[in-house]
Amino acid sequence: MTEIDKKQDRSPVPSVFEYSPAPESRDVVTLEDRYGLFIGGEFVEPRSGEFHPSVSPSSEEELAEVSYGGAEDVDAAVGAARTAFENGWSSWPAGERAKIIYRIARILQERAREFAVLESLDGGKPIRESRDVDLPLAAAHFFYYAGWADKLEYAFPNRTPRPLGVAAQIIPWNFPMLMLAWKVAPALAAGNTVVLKPAETTPLTALLFADVLRQAEVPPGVVNIVTGDGRAGSELVKHPDVDKVAFTGSTEVGKEIQRAVAGTTKKLTLELGGKAANVIFDDAPLDQAVEGIVNGIYFNQGHVCCAGSRLLVQESIYEQTIQKLKRRMSNLRVGDPLDKNTDIGAINSKAQLERIQELVRSGEEEGADVFQPECRLPEKGWWFAPTVFTSVAQSYRIAQEEIFGPVLSVLTFRTPDEAIEKANNTPYGLAAGVWTEKGSRILWMAQRLRAGVVWANTYNRFDPTSPFGGYKESGFGREGGLHGLEAYVRFE
Amino acid sequence: MTRLPVAKTYKLFVGGAFPRSESGRSYEIEGANVALGSRKDVRDAVRAAREAFPSWAGLTAYNRGQVLYRVAEIMEGRRAQFEELVGDQAEVDAAIDAWVWYAGWADKLAQVLGTSNPVAGPYFNFTIPEPTGVAGIVAPEEPPLLGLVERLAPALIGGNAVVVLASERRPLAAITLAEALATSDVPGGAVNIITGRKSELCAVLAGHMDVNALDLAGVVGDSTELERLAADNVKRVVRNGGGHSPWHAAAFLELKTVWHPIGV
Repeated sequence: MTEIDKKQDRSPVPSVFEYSPAPESRDVVTLEDRYGLFIGGEFVEPRSGEFHPSVSPSSEEELAEVSYGGAEDVDAAVGAARTAFENGWSSWPAGERAKIIYRIARILQERAREFAVLESLDGGKPIRESRDVDLPLAAAHFFYYAGWADKLEYAFPNRTPRPLGVAAQIIPWNFPMLMLAWKVAPALAAGNTVVLKPAETTPLTALLFADVLRQAEVPPGVVNIVTGDGRAGSELVKHPDVDKVAFTGSTEVGKEIQRAVAGTTKKLTLELGGKAANVIFDDAPLDQAVEGIVNGIYFNQGHVCCAGSRLLVQESIYEQTIQKLKRRMSNLRVGDPLDKNTDIGAINSKAQLERIQELVRSGEEEGADVFQPECRLPEKGWWFAPTVFTSVAQSYRIAQEEIFGPVLSVLTFRTPDEAIEKANNTPYGLAAGVWTEKGSRILWMAQRLRAGVVWANTYNRFDPTSPFGGYKESGFGREGGLHGLEAYVRFE
Repeated sequence: MTRLPVAKTYKLFVGGAFPRSESGRSYEIEGANVALGSRKDVRDAVRAAREAFPSWAGLTAYNRGQVLYRVAEIMEGRRAQFEELVGDQAEVDAAIDAWVWYAGWADKLAQVLGTSNPVAGPYFNFTIPEPTGVAGIVAPEEPPLLGLVERLAPALIGGNAVVVLASERRPLAAITLAEALATSDVPGGAVNIITGRKSELCAVLAGHMDVNALDLAGVVGDSTELERLAADNVKRVVRNGGGHSPWHAAAFLELKTVWHPIGV
């Protein structure tokens, strides 16, 4: 057993401020015992005959059984999407298409709490985040792209945009509803039909979304939802009648998908992993920067592809930054995702927890110093205390590999050139952060950081109007904004 | 005795210089001995491109536009030579005019492809295009000059450094174009041109881990295996591109979004 494991097993230590539990009620959510696949506007039994429980990572409770779609199921879903595309959806008046997407946005706003609670139950993220970030942003994405549906000719001047056809969309488990919105909203706005494959561990909000489609009166087959594991995703990517593949997930799987579509005319966009540098200069407003560091890496348990997982601190302020950071970390509350005071919820799955543990062990073995605040971790479920590594060399695995957990690696630099050199020293290029009071230096850094999103004096901000996506092995194509539409059109 | 003409040796164009293939090989084509580039020549060209990338991408857009405009000027002065090589006056006209057209895009791409994003919060947020890095271009076999220029200019104008695999059957126009580039203030290494067998070299370019984008325009036959190799480092694969348009330039561009809070 490593040092860390022991620390986590310690009995609870009282923190300075005792909070009474403030759980959000889960009564707002009604779950079926078992879910079929949503194909052609109705739930159908999976032809695969395969069901598995979706488990709450905070309690290990089995919430419901969901279908694991196989090749035949994927084929049925693609067929339903094709039929819907050919039989009307692609020729709907654009203004009417806009209105139906607006309806989705409105219904999501109306039912936001229900979705937020289910998101936290099924995925483990704090209710404060699912309530204040995931759901409002998901609704906003539908609202934003609804407005594009009847304005496409203005988005692409001098070109004639047309829908692609059937879009295969594979989304991850870290922001299930938000990623659904990022994918489905622009696809529908551009006139495509969709087969969505939610993540294996977080299928429930997507299945609840089927009820939103019913309420909004979205025609059958326009959005189909095939739950399952990687096999369903693979069948979907390979299906010959798919025109577009959009994937958010690991770089490893992204490469497999790029190989799988090689030689076809399928349009592909990939939003993959990251190892973002968050760069703190000596003139940065340090208290704000520390908040930004914490938000950058501990938001959503660090299950964020753009997480600021490499902290680059200018040497002259290293000691005080680390001191403030550790003090701030000791106030983070880890625990029940449904508790409104919780800052860090459950790790999404046992497999992910094991991956985090494995990488943290490697960090210790390679010689980095580890710090975790004393915190009480619940007995059931999968948890990992907020962790920071100092004395990290660039070559360490914890400085190179995406951990996708609440684990920060700290490196130092002396000059801006060195900061750029280190920040860009990764195959990834999704995001980066810069903290300094000097405007010219912000723009100088922003120019040189090889990343698709640069947050200056802020971190982890998202908006439907703001394009998101990576350089290098973090993928290609953008989601959000005007640029996000292009992924779902072809030009005549 | 009448004077003997001095024949030109057609060599590679790498890092701003005209080396022979490191392999010492050549092949006879279009009445000349042309360098038969090797896998190592391709790798050397990628390294030269990577080294040149910051200086080319770091020029102001105005300056980059002027440099490429100068390519058109130099070609105009050598047009007799190009006409003799390609045997088609109209093709030379179109190739020169393509440089002028794309040169003019240098300081307009960001205005057409970039956006200011009205986010729902107190933040200033904008998106700008940036070059992806090193672009590998498999040049079309025909037409020998215009085919290359229409693929090269859009990749170059956005600030990418480029490695070209020239037309295998008609490589002379590409090397002559390199002479125009070399005298046009294009930094050495920003454009590298390798002649040789595509069947031997395409896979090296497609699988190279320091190439960011791959233009398949001139691939002969099925490109599936090359596309699979390109996935090893998630290359941006350009099949048709966007024709003669800024959208073709955009195929070699990344989009960077920058956020900053607004406050006092």
